[in-house]
Amino acid sequence: MPKNFVVIDEERCKGCGLCISVCPKKVLDFADHFNSKGYHPATQVDKENCIGCGFCYMMCPDTAITVYRENVEVKG
Amino acid sequence: MAAKAIFKKPQSLSDKEFTYCPGCHHGIVHRLVAEVIDELGIQGKTLMVAPVGCSVFAYTFFDVDGTVAAHGRAPAVATGMKRAMPDKVVFTYQGDGDLAAIGTAEIIHAANRGEKITTIFINNAIYGMTGGQMAPTTLLGMKTTTSPYGREVDREGYPIHVSEVLKELSGVAYLERVAVSSPAEVRKAKQAIKKAFMTQIKGLGFSLVEVLSTCPTNWGLSPIEAINWLNENMKKEYPLGVFVDKVGELK
Amino acid sequence: MAEKVMVKGNEAMGEAAVRAGCRLYFGYPITPQSELTEYMSRRLPEVEGTFLQSESEVAAVNMIYGAASTGTRVMTSTSSPGFSLMQEGISYIAGAELPSVFINVVRGGPGLGDIQPAQSDYFQGTKGGGHGDYHLIVLAPSSVQEAVDLVQLAFDLADKYRNPVLVLADGMLGQMMEPVEFPEFRDLNTLPDHSSWAMQGCEGREPHKITSFDIDPINLEKMNLGYQKKYREIEANEVRYETEMIEDAEYLLVGYGTMARILGTVVKMARNEGIKVGLFRPITLWPFPYKELESAAEGKKALLTVEMSMGQMVEDVRLAINGKMHVDFYGRTGGVVPTPEEVLRELKKIVERSE
Repeated sequence: MPKNFVVIDEERCKGCGLCISVCPKKVLDFADHFNSKGYHPATQVDKENCIGCGFCYMMCPDTAITVYRENVEVKG
Repeated sequence: MAAKAIFKKPQSLSDKEFTYCPGCHHGIVHRLVAEVIDELGIQGKTLMVAPVGCSVFAYTFFDVDGTVAAHGRAPAVATGMKRAMPDKVVFTYQGDGDLAAIGTAEIIHAANRGEKITTIFINNAIYGMTGGQMAPTTLLGMKTTTSPYGREVDREGYPIHVSEVLKELSGVAYLERVAVSSPAEVRKAKQAIKKAFMTQIKGLGFSLVEVLSTCPTNWGLSPIEAINWLNENMKKEYPLGVFVDKVGELK
Repeated sequence: MAEKVMVKGNEAMGEAAVRAGCRLYFGYPITPQSELTEYMSRRLPEVEGTFLQSESEVAAVNMIYGAASTGTRVMTSTSSPGFSLMQEGISYIAGAELPSVFINVVRGGPGLGDIQPAQSDYFQGTKGGGHGDYHLIVLAPSSVQEAVDLVQLAFDLADKYRNPVLVLADGMLGQMMEPVEFPEFRDLNTLPDHSSWAMQGCEGREPHKITSFDIDPINLEKMNLGYQKKYREIEANEVRYETEMIEDAEYLLVGYGTMARILGTVVKMARNEGIKVGLFRPITLWPFPYKELESAAEGKKALLTVEMSMGQMVEDVRLAINGKMHVDFYGRTGGVVPTPEEVLRELKKIVERSE
């Protein structure tokens, strides 16, 4: 099974929470720390169960999220 | 193990961090427009006209030739560009004050002439950049800084339904109202935006996508509360759907 | 020798634009220049150009902004109330440094006014009109032939300096017919190349951004200093004016446009009666020929500025003279055109006072 994960640019993230609210597997939550603007960025707290659906990416208003899949051919 | 990015920043979006508030839907729509520009392969021939409003900086968020028009005048600026360079793809990106207040004449006439341009219209029922004043699309009863007692018919008149007005004009070739309140709606909105750009590319006439959007800051709600308020109130006033479709099925 | 044709001022200016390589016109009908708009609607399709009647002058000036930002030669024309509507757009165009040509066929004002000729938009054209520290280059023809020549010059100056240029005509010039020799058609392949800054699609290069705005005041000031540097260059290089019989003159008449035509007759009439009078006619109202007027006025007994207004250019005349002598003013407004006889009467009063 290919593993999926997200990388969130903590400086772009404004802690709006939309990604957290739409994740069907609840792998995202607010980090405890702040970014340099004073927001709690979102972060992937559950490293195992991301299904790579991209819902978080779709809802993110700041294009702060990149969704990765390991071992997959991505058509360009 | 090598990992591939399956969802990432579109190429025609610049690297500049968005200046929008947390949870503002502008950022979602910007990304969708950029995704469509990438997929249609038109980055090198797209010209964009940003408005006056929160998205006045929109021209810096896209890596395409861009300008800012005077408040409300973007459809006229776009008309000048398209008539000068008919082979380019020209789009305007406007808010509810820009398009439905000061710019009413310009949008109606560009649509009426069937100008082969595309307008992305962000309707959040309020004036964002200037601090939360009433917009032509503000709902009845809604309190804003210039309708502090709540909008009332006798005093401020009814909210204006832009899509319903524009659909009467024969020059309009594609017209849809969408929202981006959920991933499913985001997908549908992207399809609408794609069809709108295809309308222009096929030379069919004027295209516009109205996007119901939140303004958490000026509504005084959190980003998620704002989405709920939009779903419960704005969709009743402004039903989603296709109003005009001369494009047909997308390949 | 090229043929001369009898042509109405409004149509002549339209044809001049076409000959200069302009293939785009956006405008709105307004008296006394509607013939220009109508002419372009017929003529541009003949030369594979594009004409569009806009829904208002507000829309027209913004269409100009759009077309000019692609680096394409473009023009609009209007009259006083319409020119007022264009001021916001002109300020944006000046700030974005977009080459474009405007023609104002001035009529009586203020407000709705009337449709007869006037010169009461001098301040509007030369001192601003729109908001901010900017300048239009302002050219004032006084014959239909000169209008043709100055429309051509307007396009060249607009492209050379990336600046909007105003041809300030009036209802008389727009409506009258005179013999005109049109220049040859400009080869479109020789038009100036604006691809280094214009919005033409970013294929193969970094995107171009065109704005008249910067949220950082230090940057906005820098932009303004840039415009000012350009304006100093224009002031140094583009002043144009004409004089008639000033060498031995004791009195000087100052006027522009249609008024200067009438003053030419006054000079003849006065000279017949033994009054040594000459005429100084500014052709560029901005940049105004301050130095040139100052030296022309050297040693003269008195100056009479005559305008079809309540006194607008006279302020620039006074600035040029700098208090060295008294500058008299005579004007009619509201669309009334002074006769040579009444101007001569004024001149004689001044002569009597000065002898």
